[in-house]
Amino acid sequence: MPAPAQPRTGTLIVGNCQAGVQIASTLRELGDTERITLVGEEPHAPYQRPPLSKAFLKGEATADSLAFRTHDFYREHDIELVTRERIVTITRDETGGVAVAESGRTFPFARLALATGAVPRTIPFEGSELEGVSYLRTATEATVLEQQLRQATNVVVVGGGFIGLEVAAGARAAGKNVTVLEAAPRLIGRAVCEQTSEFYLQAHRRRGTRVVLNAKVVRFTGEHDRVTGVELGDGTVVPAEVVLIGVGVIPRTELAGQLGLQVDNGIVVDTHALASDGLTVAAGDCANMPNPSIADFGQGRLRLESVQNAVEQAKVAAATLLGQAAEHKTVPWFWSDQADLKLQIAGLSGGHDQVVLRGDPDSEKFSLLYYRDGILIAADCVNSPLDFMAVRNALHQGQSVPAALAADSSLPLKKSVTDVLLPVPSPAA
Amino acid sequence: MPTVTYVAYDGSETIVNGFAGDSVMETAVRNGVPGIVAECGGSLSCATCHVFVCADSAGLFPPRADLEDDMLDGTAVDREESSRLSCQLKLTDDVAVHVQTPETQV
Repeated sequence: MPAPAQPRTGTLIVGNCQAGVQIASTLRELGDTERITLVGEEPHAPYQRPPLSKAFLKGEATADSLAFRTHDFYREHDIELVTRERIVTITRDETGGVAVAESGRTFPFARLALATGAVPRTIPFEGSELEGVSYLRTATEATVLEQQLRQATNVVVVGGGFIGLEVAAGARAAGKNVTVLEAAPRLIGRAVCEQTSEFYLQAHRRRGTRVVLNAKVVRFTGEHDRVTGVELGDGTVVPAEVVLIGVGVIPRTELAGQLGLQVDNGIVVDTHALASDGLTVAAGDCANMPNPSIADFGQGRLRLESVQNAVEQAKVAAATLLGQAAEHKTVPWFWSDQADLKLQIAGLSGGHDQVVLRGDPDSEKFSLLYYRDGILIAADCVNSPLDFMAVRNALHQGQSVPAALAADSSLPLKKSVTDVLLPVPSPAA
Repeated sequence: MPTVTYVAYDGSETIVNGFAGDSVMETAVRNGVPGIVAECGGSLSCATCHVFVCADSAGLFPPRADLEDDMLDGTAVDREESSRLSCQLKLTDDVAVHVQTPETQV
């Protein structure tokens, strides 16, 4: 006799992560009283990921200390938190559906939210299976990396992006010999302009980290199943007991694919976080949403990897699940702490046609402001929180700072913020 | 055990038991207290954990460092004399802290 069908009620959120927790919290804040289940494969209650490449590796944080919420919070808000269950299949129709975990456990739902995140992009170098070669995304991986780093003398980081450079800076500060291998001609090429890349190159070198640009990794060398070095295209071998690979992430869209949702560099959603079936919502690193920061709003889409993006999209997704209208309108911002350098980025610099330098990079305290058609669109701020706050707030208000005033660092940016004067349409001929 | 009373913009109060060593921000976020966002998780990058420290609690914390002071210039609701970033306010044994949260953080 078949088991009685479980009732398809409440919301199932797939992904024990920043976006997942926020969807659950916001549902309750908005007055939802139905069942909420938050399910994910990691063994820990959901925790902050950004410190994994920073404080965690210094031994100053644990998965517990980074937990977003107490267990009491989940209990008191009647949110069922399920860990160690990896959802492998989902089926649904207009009234709900069921998700099935690898263990066979089933999770019926009336409403579905995907916060499936992303996984590190892997490169199949020869020797990738050697002990000491790792990626960094989860607290479990960070725990292993922290132990390996403690015993290492030589550390190689493959990939000069935020994660790689944060780990490199921490390892260097702990006295390791650190080499960063970047395949591109400059560091952090995906996120910042050439001047900022150049500054970080010099700043890491000043601190004793070896940085190789245009690096070609051939293979990882090893002995007794442990990594011993990284062989480069010119035949040299950089010694290493620890190799961290940080070359970006890939959004997890397998479940979205099963549901027949449109997928294109992430789960394609509208400004309400609604996927192409008009039923399922998605938020965070896995979601590709129209972004108002892009000039051709309505066409331009972005998949962002940031805390703020996960939180804001999750709030919108929760409202959408309850049939309320909300839109994601905040100015994107990002941060990266490398050694004693605090980088804060406000806005998106893509499509800029002018860059204004404010302050002196040699003092390690400066900002680069990006303009398009004379209007401020973004800024990279190094150890310059006042500039960052001024730009973030100006962009949020739809305001600008005249480029001619921005370069004068004796003048607070906040004082130079002006309304954007839209060109007056010329009278019809 | 330290306690923190969060008074929201609408006057509603939430009282939470905290732990010595945790910040006023962490205590709020872990317990889902509304009114504190804390996007950066306490790394002094976002200024979305702004609070006004009530007069009776003002003496419980060391003064602002320069970076906190700079970040307070960019809060969503303008700073006042009693403004702090709550990620910088560490609880100590048995203190009773009272803070007000602003109307908005972003």
